[in-house]
Amino acid sequence: MSAEDDARKGKGTVFVRVEVCKGCSFCIDFCPSHALEFSREFNPKGYHFPVLGRAEDCTGCDLCGLYCPDFAIFGARWKDLDEKRQAASTPTQP
Amino acid sequence: MSESLDLHLASVETSLDNPVLPFLRQDRIPHIWCPGCGIGTSVNCFCRALSDSGLDLDKVAIVSGIGCTGRTAGYLNLDSFHTTHGRAIPFATGLKLSNPELNVVVYSGDGDLFAIGGNHFFHAARRNMDILVICVNNFTYGMTGGQVAPTTPVGPTQTTMPYGNFENPFNLPFIADACGATYVSRWTIYHVRQLAKAMKEALGKKGFRFIEVMSPCPTLYSRRNRLGDGVDQVKYYKEKSVIKNGVDTKEVGLGYQGEIVVGKFVDRERPTWLESMNAHYSHHFGDAFQPYGVKNGQD
Ligand SMILES: Cc1ncc(C[n+]2csc(CCOP(=O)(O)OP(=O)(O)O)c2C)c(N)n1
Ligand code: SF4
Ligand code: SF4
Ligand code: SF4
Ligand SMILES: [Mg+2]
Repeated sequence: MSAEDDARKGKGTVFVRVEVCKGCSFCIDFCPSHALEFSREFNPKGYHFPVLGRAEDCTGCDLCGLYCPDFAIFGARWKDLDEKRQAASTPTQP
Repeated sequence: MSESLDLHLASVETSLDNPVLPFLRQDRIPHIWCPGCGIGTSVNCFCRALSDSGLDLDKVAIVSGIGCTGRTAGYLNLDSFHTTHGRAIPFATGLKLSNPELNVVVYSGDGDLFAIGGNHFFHAARRNMDILVICVNNFTYGMTGGQVAPTTPVGPTQTTMPYGNFENPFNLPFIADACGATYVSRWTIYHVRQLAKAMKEALGKKGFRFIEVMSPCPTLYSRRNRLGDGVDQVKYYKEKSVIKNGVDTKEVGLGYQGEIVVGKFVDRERPTWLESMNAHYSHHFGDAFQPYGVKNGQD
């Protein structure tokens, strides 16, 4: 099992491009499930970035993705991710 | 903690899945906008609208004036025009008339569109020029250091109003409505889903369309007035907004940190400038007039 499978607690997850986050906290404050919190670490620019503190509460709704002014985060449902990955790895029929 | 770090590592590989990245010139990101500036959120919504619209992106052009918001044209992965201050609408008009099959979008700030560029706005709306105008209203001239704008409410301090603004601000939806716009709505960057939907709807309509997007400028408006950071302004939008679709635009003026009326206020049909011109000269000259910008005899 990968680290990712281990982390599958909720219905969805988020992907963060840590290096472009400016720590504005829009995603954290407006996540309807309150699943995000600030990291203790800093990114290379000196900002705290969001981490999925309560992974079990994330629904993958992607509202954080819509709010982010820096295009640094987005959310997805595991179901959709699995489908996408499977489609990408399945060769298309001739 | 280590678990979340693992997730970040996992995210590196899949980060290209972010649905908005294909709509951006990724070599230009990170952008110049300050932490907590709302312009990026509005652009994020616009990317979703483009994606949902199903439009051929080779036929969408974006035109901006000067200002922080004016940088938008340079970040979107579309044919774009970064024009002179206040002149986004004239450039957009020229672009639309020289290539009528383009869907032309003007994306600019309140100062650019309503101070130096005000006259262009009135006349393009009056003529029903077939363009979509998106105004990011942060109540100030962000780029030049926070001078008072025609949209600044009465009360807050600006660099050119050290004792607070005493000038009466414009009510933007009312202006657009009075000048004849076919579509007028206002949302804030708290209303991301509604904003993306409005942008998509407006992209699909004809005529002069206007969307006002209320957005924080933490650096030069909120902090100067001790209103906190960007996120605090967005919380204010959340608290004080009321959705009133179809309400009389006379009623939607904004006071300092007061109630915010949002929604779709105007949705009407009116012949565009090109349609009016073609109808007018066809009437006068009959078959001797070759209608312009019309394919196979129909638009
Ligand atoms: C002809 C001219 N006059 C003045 C300026 C200075 N100037 C640059 S941006 C700006 C105002 C921008 O305000 P707004 O459109 O609200 O954009 P924001 O930065 O707030 O997004 C001004 C006055 C200029 N660039 N050109
Ligand atoms: S995807 Fe939705 S639930 Fe998950 S963190 Fe983002 S906003 Fe919260
Ligand atoms: S909204 Fe974006 S920039 Fe702001 S804290 Fe979240 S990830 Fe970082
Ligand atoms: S100065 Fe204001 S409008 Fe300009 S990028 Fe910074 S926060 Fe945004
Ligand atoms: Mg402005």
